[in-house]
This record gives sequence, C-alpha cells and structure tokens, in this order.
Amino acid sequence: MWMPMSSTPAVLVQQLQKRYGSTVAVADVSFQVEPGQIYGILGPNGAGKTTTLHCLCTLLRPDSGRIEVYGIPASENPKAVREKLGFVAQEVALDKVLTGRELLQLQADLYHLPRPLAQERIAAVLELLGLTDRADQRIGTYSGGLRKRLDLAAGLLHQPQVLVLDEPTVGLDIPSRLAIWDFLRQLKNTGITVVLSSHYLEEIDLLADRVAIIDQGKVIAEGTPEELKARVGGERITVKLQEFAPAELAQRGAQLLGSLPFVQKVVINSAQGNALNLVVQRNGEDPLSQIRAHLQAHGLEVFSSTQSRPSLDDVYLAATGQTLMDAELAAAEANLGKKKK
Amino acid sequence: MTSASSPVQSNPIPLLTADFWQETFALTRRLFIQLKRRPTTLLVGIIQPLLWLILFGALFQNAPAGIFGAGQNYTQFLGAGVIVFTAFGGALNAGVPVIFDREFGFLNRLLVAPLTSRFSIVLASSLFIVSLALLQTAVIVGADYALGAGIPDGSGLAVVALIVSLLVLGFTALSLGLAFAMPGHQQLLAFIFLVNLPLIFSSTALAPLSFMPTWLRWVASLNPLTFAIEPIRHVYRSDNWSWADVVLQAPWGDLTLAGSLGLLAGFVVVSVLLVQGVLRKSLA
Repeated sequence: MWMPMSSTPAVLVQQLQKRYGSTVAVADVSFQVEPGQIYGILGPNGAGKTTTLHCLCTLLRPDSGRIEVYGIPASENPKAVREKLGFVAQEVALDKVLTGRELLQLQADLYHLPRPLAQERIAAVLELLGLTDRADQRIGTYSGGLRKRLDLAAGLLHQPQVLVLDEPTVGLDIPSRLAIWDFLRQLKNTGITVVLSSHYLEEIDLLADRVAIIDQGKVIAEGTPEELKARVGGERITVKLQEFAPAELAQRGAQLLGSLPFVQKVVINSAQGNALNLVVQRNGEDPLSQIRAHLQAHGLEVFSSTQSRPSLDDVYLAATGQTLMDAELAAAEANLGKKKK
Repeated sequence: MTSASSPVQSNPIPLLTADFWQETFALTRRLFIQLKRRPTTLLVGIIQPLLWLILFGALFQNAPAGIFGAGQNYTQFLGAGVIVFTAFGGALNAGVPVIFDREFGFLNRLLVAPLTSRFSIVLASSLFIVSLALLQTAVIVGADYALGAGIPDGSGLAVVALIVSLLVLGFTALSLGLAFAMPGHQQLLAFIFLVNLPLIFSSTALAPLSFMPTWLRWVASLNPLTFAIEPIRHVYRSDNWSWADVVLQAPWGDLTLAGSLGLLAGFVVVSVLLVQGVLRKSLA
C-alpha cells in the first residue's frame, strides 16, 4: 500500500472559490487537515460549507483554488481522489425500495470491491453501526437515525482514508445524534481522517481537533477549539442580583461592575431576568470574589452567579459581531424572502 | 442542485474492463429490484399496448380491404406501429428515474464513487429499458397473433427484436442526456409530453404514407419511428423477405430493409455521442 509522506496533509484546500452565476458561494476558503485528525467546518447555513465539501468530493469544479487529497490534485485526478474519500451527504439519499444490504452491495460494486470481500465488509459495517438485524428490511421502513447510520455505513464500506461528513446530525433526534457522536469518537481510534461540517457548536466543540469557522464564504477563524477560545480571551461570568431584577437595579449593578478594571464588557440580559453577563480578564485573583466584594461595598447582594470559559459561539460573535443563532435566523429570513419573490 | 462537474478522467474505451461491468450490472440490478417490488409500471406498460391494439383495431375494422396495403388487414398493419410506439414510449421516459435520482441526491452517491466511466449509468438504464421493451414486444406479438395478424418466422422475429433494441437504445440515450441537461423533472416531463404523441402521429404507426399530404410524407419519412415501423411491417407481411426488399417508398427515394437498419444504427451512434457530450459537460 502506498504510504503518504509524513509531510503530506490528508486534505489541502487553498484559496477555494466557487460562484453560482452572480452568487458567490465560496469566496476564499483555505485549510489543511493532517492525517488522523477530525477537522470541523463550522458556520451558519448558507456560509458555503456544503459547496466547499462538494468541491472537495469532486462533485463541483471550483472556479479557482487548489484541492489535494494526500497530495493528489482533485482537478487533475478526480478518480484517484474519489477512491480515497468517503462522502456522507447532508440529505440522506437512499433508495427506499432497496434493503440496507442491497444498498451496501450496490455501494461495494461502485467501488469495485470483489464479491467475497464485499460480503465480509458489509457484515462488518452493519455490525459496527448496529444495523445487522434490520439489514434485510427495506430502507423505506427505517427511521431517520437508522437511515443516517446506513448512510455512514455506506461511506465507510470501502475503507476510505478520508471520511467527509456534511452536517452529519442535522434533523436527528437527540439519542440518534448522541449515537453518531459516540460512533465518530470511536472511529477516531482507527486513524481515519474526518472532515465534518456543522452549524452545531457543541458538535464541533466535542468532536473536532481543529476547526475552521466559515462565514459568507470566507474562513474567519482557524485553529484548535481551545486556541480559538483562548484567543477570544476572558471568562464569562453571569451575575444575578435577584431572581428577576428590576431594570434600575440591573442598571446600577452594570454601572458598578463596568467600572472594575478587569471587567471588559457588561450586558444586561433581559431574557435571563436582567442578569448581568460579564466578560472578564483574569488578573490572578478570583474575579468573582472581587465582584462580590465590590457590589457589597455599594450595598448590593449577589443572588446567584455562574462562571464559564468562552465558547465557540463567542469566537463567532467576536469575528462577525453576531451570534451563530442570529446568523441562522437572518439566513432563514433571507431564504423566505427569496421564496416569496 | 446537483449538476456537477470536475474534469473528465478520460478513458474513452472503458468497456472492456471488469470494473466497468461490475458498476454497470450493479446499477442495472437496482432497476430490476425496483421493478420487481413496484411492478405497476410494467403492468401498465403491458396493458396499454393491448388496449391500443383492440381499440384502434376496432376503429378501422370496416375500412375497405386492401387499403393498408395488399393482403393486409388493419390489425396486422397496426401491430408494427404498436410495437414501435410502445418501445418508444418506454425509452422516452428512461430519463425520468434518473432526474429524480438527481433531485433526491442519489445521483451524487454515484458521482462521488470512482466509477470507471459515468457511461455505466447510461448503459445500465439502456440495458434495463431494452429488456422491458423486448418483453412488451413479445406480449404484443403474441396478442397480435391471437387477433389474427399472423406472426413472422424465426428470423423475422429476430429482426423485430434487433429493430426494437436499436430504436430503444437511441431514444433512451437521448432521454438520459436530457435528464442530465434539464433543470428539473417538470421540464423533462413537459418535454416528453410535448414530443411523444406528435412523433407517433408524424410516423407511419397509424396510417401509411399514401394517406398523408406531401409535407407530412416528408416528415414521416425522416422520422426514426418510421425506420423502425416499416421493416417490422415488412417481415410481418412477407414470408420470403430479404435485406434488399424496399420497405418504404419515401419522397426522397426507396428505403430497403438493410437501409432502415443502417439508419437506425446511425441514429443510435448520434444519440450516444450526444449523451457523451452532455455527460462530459454537465457531469463527468
């Protein structure tokens, strides 16, 4: 078997650009995935994640830029790239009339596996994804979670070196989502490289070794989740003065805390009963006890408080000025507007 | 959205590799499994031509003897037409499942796989549609015999099978090309609806050239359906047919049995080249 040189990345994407007519889907995306990594691509709907992955899987021809899989350029040798990749699309496209086993046999033939090896592999992936007892039933009878698992099994059948997953848990119920996450973490031990797109923060945070955050077709931040969060810096502290604090009280608390040198930002969160959301910079001492002491000195008591490290959402917020949730809503509204026209 | 592209890994003659046949037969098998589990299409495809035979046959039952050619009754005349437009209808619709595969994303499953050639997708559909058309033809030939139209001899039947196969291959390729080139299934279905009946009525399926005004004779004698209908009609009506027999007196000259087969083969070649071009442009 051909062994990649240690310096060859599993996936290399450089200055990718793709437009549909006048719409720019991908403006400038570059990233690099090392063998064995789980690489996350995070961004709201419409950010260009699917287009990027379709270019990687040779489904789309980029307008410009370079894509390599283990050093093989996708534009010059798409067939060799296809052999190395397993792709699990966002929308599960399975033939409802076939049984799970028949679909996998079709998949095996499309990847030219010899019959006996195919039988062996099919049995193995069915077992791996817990599908063995449903294998001979028609896919039309499968639940959403089961279909996704079959789709994953199909993507793994030819033992690809790089597994590409487009929004692997979108639209799944919680138990199915947890099952897929569990499975992907197990998969990591096999040494396979995974490229995964998602608009779920927790999914990327939980699974990805490195992440590229994409917004409007551009990479706006890249690194390990830890690095990115550290770069945003600060800690998040939420202070409640009362269970439901009156607006004036919250105002006063915000003013008091805003004057502290290590507090970078104070937001009154009306959705949390006028709780105070603070971004603080650690200065050696425990910030919470200083906050408590400062408020007490001015006659205010702390009803409750929570402390957390920055999340990937804070990274996204810092880069774009809006939360991922707001970006999602804006994208959904824009879509609705288009449909009305 | 689906239609996709990336440069062709050009391998112009992949037909001889085992990998090519593995992927082709796998795709054909899928179509036969679908047919077995959803047999409605096949049932309709068999009942419909039988209805045509009975209804059209009855419609012209009292036409003066000999008007459709010496020694022919209308049932015999009509048989060849029904065989051909039934096969044609099936071939014309060959692209419909493919365009749904495109819309539902199933086609992407095939396109991300390292297929030897994407022509295997076309060949798989063609093999399937040709098999169906031959089955329908056998049923029509049997029914036509029962209705008193007689039956060609063994070699005549082989010619019928060959003609049906060629015609179906040509139109299947065109329909698949459209399935890859058209924006969506509405457009494809509209197009099929638009060309289906006019092509049948502008051929010699229902009436001979001698019934037609001059302009329609020209149209009918250039219509690929006519190239398929007339040789079939000929082997039906003559016991001792030969390749050099004239099967159609077209305004542009006499067409022999061998000549019509040649034209059909040319039609297949042109269609396949067209679909290759489309595959290369919109997918490959």
